[in-house]
This record gives sequence, C-alpha cells and structure tokens, in this order.
Amino acid sequence: MTGEMTEPGGPERAARPPSRRALREARMRRRAMAIATLSTAVVVALIVILVPMAPGWERVQRSFFNGEVFAKTFPGLLQAFLTDIMIFAWCAPMIAVLGLLIALARDARSPALFPLRLFGTIYNDAFRGVPVILVIYLVGFGIPGLGLPRPWNSPYIWGTVAVVLTYSAYVAEVYRTGIESIHESQRAAATSLGLSHWDVMRYVVLPQAIRRVIPANMNLLIALQKDVALLSFIGPVEVLRQAGVYKSLLANFTPYLGAALIFLAVTVPATRWVDRLIARQNAARS
Amino acid sequence: MAKLSIQEVWKSFGTHDVLKGISLDIEAGQMVCLIGASGSGKSTLLRCLNLLEPVDDGAILLDGADITDPELDPQPIRQRIGMVFQSFNLFPHMTALENVLLAPRRIHRKSREALLPGVKALFTRFGLADRMGHYPDQLSGGQQQRVAIIRALAMQPEVMLFDEVTSALDPALVGEVLDVLRALKAEGMTMVIATHEMAFARDAADKVCFLYEGRILEEGPPAEIFSAPRDERTRAFLARVL
Repeated sequence: MTGEMTEPGGPERAARPPSRRALREARMRRRAMAIATLSTAVVVALIVILVPMAPGWERVQRSFFNGEVFAKTFPGLLQAFLTDIMIFAWCAPMIAVLGLLIALARDARSPALFPLRLFGTIYNDAFRGVPVILVIYLVGFGIPGLGLPRPWNSPYIWGTVAVVLTYSAYVAEVYRTGIESIHESQRAAATSLGLSHWDVMRYVVLPQAIRRVIPANMNLLIALQKDVALLSFIGPVEVLRQAGVYKSLLANFTPYLGAALIFLAVTVPATRWVDRLIARQNAARS
Repeated sequence: MAKLSIQEVWKSFGTHDVLKGISLDIEAGQMVCLIGASGSGKSTLLRCLNLLEPVDDGAILLDGADITDPELDPQPIRQRIGMVFQSFNLFPHMTALENVLLAPRRIHRKSREALLPGVKALFTRFGLADRMGHYPDQLSGGQQQRVAIIRALAMQPEVMLFDEVTSALDPALVGEVLDVLRALKAEGMTMVIATHEMAFARDAADKVCFLYEGRILEEGPPAEIFSAPRDERTRAFLARVL
C-alpha cells in the first residue's frame, strides 16, 4: 500500500465548506508550528551566542572548523571514501549469504545435524559477544602473522574476513527471528502436502521470513557502512585513515569533521529510507 | 479391508491424554464425519492420520500397512493423504496457482506445462478459473478454502482429511465449501471430516462418530446418531448444537 490514500467520497466532500473539526485542527496545527519554530530559534540563538563566549572557542574554531583546511582536504577524503564503499560493497553480499547459512544451521532439527546446530550457536555467541574492533585486530594482525606470502597477507582480505564474520552473526539472528515469526500452520500445511523439510524451508518459510526482516537487515547494513572505517586500524587507507593523515600533516582536526559529514551524507538518507520501509510494512500488515 | 483403519490410537500432550484408544474403520469411498465439542480430539486425530503428530500407541493402517512405524519415511505417506485446515493456510507470497503447483512440481518433478491442464481443470471445476493469478489476500475466505482444497487434490491423494474447514468462514460462504465436499463424495473420494456443521453431517455423511474427551462414544449412520443417540452425553451434545 502506498502512504497516502484518497479519502472516501473525496470529491463530494471538497465541494462543501471545511467542517468545524477541520478548521479547529488547522488552527491547532498552526499553533503547534509557531511554538516549534519559536523554541528552535531560541535554542539556536543560545548556542550561537553562548558557545563563542567559551574561553577556548578561538582555538577550537581554528583546529576543528577551519574553512581553508576543509576545502583543501575534502576532495582527498571523498577519494578515500571510495575505498569504504568498495569494502562495503563486497562485504554486504558475503554477510547476507553467510548469515543465512548460519541461521539455517541453527534451525537444523534432525539429530544427525546437531553438530551444525551447536556450531551455529557457539558462532553466534562468540561473534556477538566480542567488539568488532577486537575481531579486526585478532584476524587482521593474527592471520597475516602466520607469514603468508604476498597477496594473502593483505589487510583488505583479513579485514574483510573479520567484518564478515562479525556481521554474519548479527544478520543470522535477524534471519532467525524472521524464520521463527512464520506461523507453525504454514509449515504444517506445506508438510501435509508431502514436501521435505528443506523444501518447506526454501519455498514456504524463507521467502516470507526474509521479506519480513528486510528493514532490520537494512539497519545492520547502515551500521556496517560505518564500521567499515574500523579497518583503518589495520592498514587500508580509507576515509578515517586519510583524515588522520591530513590531521598529522596540517596539524588540524578539520579533516575529521569532513569525514563525519561524508558518513552523515550516506547514513541519514539511508536511515530515513529504512524508516519509511518499516512504516510501509507495518501499514501493510495491519 | 478398510481403506484406513485406526486401531487403539493413544496420543497425549505432556500429561494430558488427548486421544484415549480411538478405533475406527473407514472404507474406500466413505465420508466419515467426526463431531464433538472443541477439545474432544477431532483435530488431533486428523493430524495423527496425516503424520503431523506421531501417535504414542496403537496403529493406523492405510490399505492394510501400518503408517505409524517411526522407521518409515513420512513424506510419501503424506502425499497419499491430503489435508485441509480450518484457517486455509495458503502460502501468502504465492498466487493461487503457485500454491497448487508447488507440491506436484517439487515432489512429482513435473514441469509447470505438464501440470497446467490438470490444475486448470480443477480450478474450473470449483469455479475459480478466473482467480488462479490472485494472491490469497485478494480472495474471499470461501475462495481461499477452495484453493486449499484444490492444492491438496493436485497431489491426487487417496484419502482427504478436512479439519473444521468451514469454521473460519462467514455463514454466507459455508455453502460453497460444503458443495465441494459433496462433489468429492460423489466422485468416490474417501474423506474424514471434523465438523460443526450438523446439518451437513446428517445428510451427507456415511458414518458419524461422536468424540468425547478423546474417545469415540458412539458411531453409526447419521440417521441413527442424530435421531436415536444411545449415550446420554451424545444426547446432551446434540441438544446443545441442533
């Protein structure tokens, strides 16, 4: 269903003068708008007046809000951000697949597959219980430390592995919630037709479950998009690392602000979009 | 030999005995109606017949062979016994046609093209030829239930189980589904039907069984059960529902 619906009997309604309720509500809306505008203006004014009065403001302004440094470093930051996008682009599909496999492992019901189920559970507990940055350090420094030859000691490879391992655990949990949200009667109906456990999963449960958890997984993707920057700690020169380089070079923190703005430019619209997706799904279900 | 023979079947959930030694023979082509209050064990019995629930004790013979043996693969047996549920349980992400095609395609490994003529004929027969491309939420309850029946029939089962298939329907839509059951009976389908539609059981069933707290208290031709019930509890139940 799309967001806006025409009111039933719209045309006839429009011909009549607005009802008392409509007038009253319009008046209330105008009043609310006025109050919101006023209070926002007051808060902004206070910030603009009070913050520069702080003793260190001059210094902060020079080292964090330096227009000249910003102009000089921003193109380089954008360039470095392409690396973030690249890492994100190859991580996301791997996470989607591995997460699904782990969710399925955790759903395995036959006793012969118990080891698979146990593995899924331990995996999820371990990777959701450890900070991402720790996994990145352990995998990113530990595995190349084995003395692997040239292309195989790349921090891109092992950084990717670390991020994929961690995020798959979260995505697996989301998938599992989706699988469990499908009513038992759907499985019963499919089973009664003589379909195998796997066919029931593949054709009946998963298509519904995956669709239902798309918004939740989108939220994880947004988080992933930010966490890609953590790879900078093991080497790849992506936007956060690049900002650090500029900071040392120019003895100025403004590049960090530039990097933050770049992330916001991506995550804010993405978050809004997911919110709308969720709202639409809720509307469709009710 | 009975088509389906239920012999001393027991089933419990936790400490609660739901079926307490049910025995019943269903001949080929017979329509048997199970009546009784909610919780008397009608649905559980049907789910046991379809192997959705394992029985604790006793045996169920299909053409003389025990199907409750836990060593048996339940899938080929379920294919021979179709089931239709109270709440339709259509797959909401598939059209009516896809709902019907799924099992035969996966199990009989037939192509869509090979199946289509037969499936179309079923839709036409039950007055749904123009609804094949609709999704379940675009169909009325009666239409959904008829699609669910077609879905079970498409597997060409030898026995059909119906679990209160009209209980979730508007009164105005009950008739169209009961008509389908009558048509299947005329065709010689073997059917076990749990129902609250007493008028239907009375004039369509070959045999009526009254279940009470997990036992069959009384069974016989509908004329006998409805007009001259022997047990006091059957009389009390019929007095409440008729």
